[in-house]
Amino acid sequence: MDSKTIYARLNKVFRDVFDDDDITVNAKTTANDIEDWDSLEHITLMAAVQKEFKVKFSMGEIASMKNVGEMADIIAKRAK
Amino acid sequence: MKELEYPFESDYIIKKKKSLKRTLLADGRDRLKKKIAVFGGSTTHDIIVYLELFLLDQGIKPEFYESEYAQYWQDAMFPSEELLNFSPDLVYIHTTSRNIVNYPATAESREQVEEKLQREYAKFEQMWKKITETYHCPIIQNNFEMPFYRLMGNKDCSDYRGRSNFVSRLNGLFYDYAEKNEGFYINDINFISASYGLRQWSDPSYWNMYKYAMCTEAIPEFSFNLSNIIKSLFGKNKKALALDLDNTLWGGVVGDDGVDGIQIGQETGVSQSYYEFQSYVKSLKDIGVILTVCSKNDHENAIAGLNHPEGALRPDDFIIIKANWENKDRNIIETAKELNIFPDAIVFADDNPAEREIVRAQVQGVAVPQMDGVENYIVNLDRGGYFEVTNFSADDLKRNEMYKANVERSAQQASFADYVEYLLSLDMNAVIDDFIPVYLQRITQLTNKSNQFNVTTKRYTATKIEEVYKSDEYIRLYGKLTDKFGDNGVVSVVIGKIDGDILNIDLWIMSCRVLKRDMELAMLDRLVERAAERGIKTIKGYYYPTAKNKMVRELFGGFGFKKTEEDAEGNTVWELDIAGYEKKNNVITVEDNSSLKN
Repeated sequence: MDSKTIYARLNKVFRDVFDDDDITVNAKTTANDIEDWDSLEHITLMAAVQKEFKVKFSMGEIASMKNVGEMADIIAKRAK
Repeated sequence: MKELEYPFESDYIIKKKKSLKRTLLADGRDRLKKKIAVFGGSTTHDIIVYLELFLLDQGIKPEFYESEYAQYWQDAMFPSEELLNFSPDLVYIHTTSRNIVNYPATAESREQVEEKLQREYAKFEQMWKKITETYHCPIIQNNFEMPFYRLMGNKDCSDYRGRSNFVSRLNGLFYDYAEKNEGFYINDINFISASYGLRQWSDPSYWNMYKYAMCTEAIPEFSFNLSNIIKSLFGKNKKALALDLDNTLWGGVVGDDGVDGIQIGQETGVSQSYYEFQSYVKSLKDIGVILTVCSKNDHENAIAGLNHPEGALRPDDFIIIKANWENKDRNIIETAKELNIFPDAIVFADDNPAEREIVRAQVQGVAVPQMDGVENYIVNLDRGGYFEVTNFSADDLKRNEMYKANVERSAQQASFADYVEYLLSLDMNAVIDDFIPVYLQRITQLTNKSNQFNVTTKRYTATKIEEVYKSDEYIRLYGKLTDKFGDNGVVSVVIGKIDGDILNIDLWIMSCRVLKRDMELAMLDRLVERAAERGIKTIKGYYYPTAKNKMVRELFGGFGFKKTEEDAEGNTVWELDIAGYEKKNNVITVEDNSSLKN
């Protein structure tokens, strides 16, 4: 899957989860950039992203993701 | 909202929770407000988020108190000022197998493990008692799901040292308490986790990363199951199941295939599935669900199909049979009218998606479960939780008979010229008296179910009714009505609070199945009599309008009360000076509690 498709689909998930159509994510986006992205919403976000790309992140992967770019990298490697 | 009805898509709900809530809150629906305290042994955030969605969808607007992480015991035993002021209508305790601290160790003796079991249980019982004493409100408590690993393998379930064994026995103790204590309900997490799949359910990463005791994908299903108990407790259960016939209760079309051609019975897998579904429907009747037929058929074909010798259901299992060529939405509305219930108390089961769509679109609030594939019928109806049983009163068991008698009464009414003559012909006998313990449960149920004949729409929990029952500040009346067609059970309740020589009517309700029988007049006669005995001079009535109680707007006026106040919202206050009151009921023979002894 190419990076453009991944970001387009990620963007859709972010907009749904945070109920905000103005969100546009890029590789550098972190929780600090989105107001409602706290530790509790992070759980919802992980569930929605995994569902969208039909992947299951390991605990280690979830713990180490520092920004959307790292999330997209894992998806690029693993998503079918 | 279709997105929140079973079988829903959890992924969609998870992703869209915010916009779903926004949509629900913007729909302008009038909802029952309830305060729910959630005491958690693990993270409860999302459990509450989805619970709120399902409750909003079921007509309840919850306000939550959420205990700090894993502080369930502390919050219950040593409530903060905030919690006491919150004064919950319901306490929900979300504990799971992760919260059991006294699990057995393999080296321990039977006695030591027994002692641990009792210690674990005592902690909970102490908490439930404290909550009941403090808030006098219902409690919902999770049982325990099976632990996700079995140290001894299969033996873990049967050996006293096994965790699975320990959990099962602890659950048994919880059930004993539930059986003995009204107002205490088990949320069956053990069933829901098994049904979801225990392996996925208890994926340890969710506990270790987020302190959720289940995988987050399972939370919508979990919260939905919980919401069913809550909506049932607050009177939002459905009452009737309206069933299509062809390809719903049997395979094939009776009008085309003939009675001998329809699939029902033991011959094939398909006919067995329809038989199993018919048996399920028949047992719904036993828990008090009213059955009706809503089918596009000639009446005689419908009856012939229902008389199929291999079927489980019979025509007289149904209170109303609408087999005609009218549109189904019209038939559903007619059915509601004849049963004296609101259309939103009906579940419509039909295999045809087009019929479902019409009914869903035309009849507001009616539940229309997905009925695709006879093998899914039972599960879809069952898990939908439409008829969730919380309090099981004797009247529930008899409800079908009572509605049937009602339909017969209407038939007879047509043959009388004079209405009074008709009422007299019914040979009505009532017991109207102070509450007695055996009816408290039914009384509570009525206060939560009555919407139309209800002047104040004040709701009472079981514990609140208990309080009223024990206090001498109230004049309480229940009314039970029998006639020649059968026993209607407890159908009316009045609660008045004494204030010097004034009696303020807090509650006046009556079941709509006894409308226009002069039962309200018999209740008033008794109320005035009891009030006079207590030295009351004036009875004050209050009417607070809702979307549903227009029929009693002039109730007190009709009784001869004088209107003393009316505000812009239509709230009215009425007064009756009881000196010189003359009895109004002439058609019902009224007795008191002593008549029940035989």
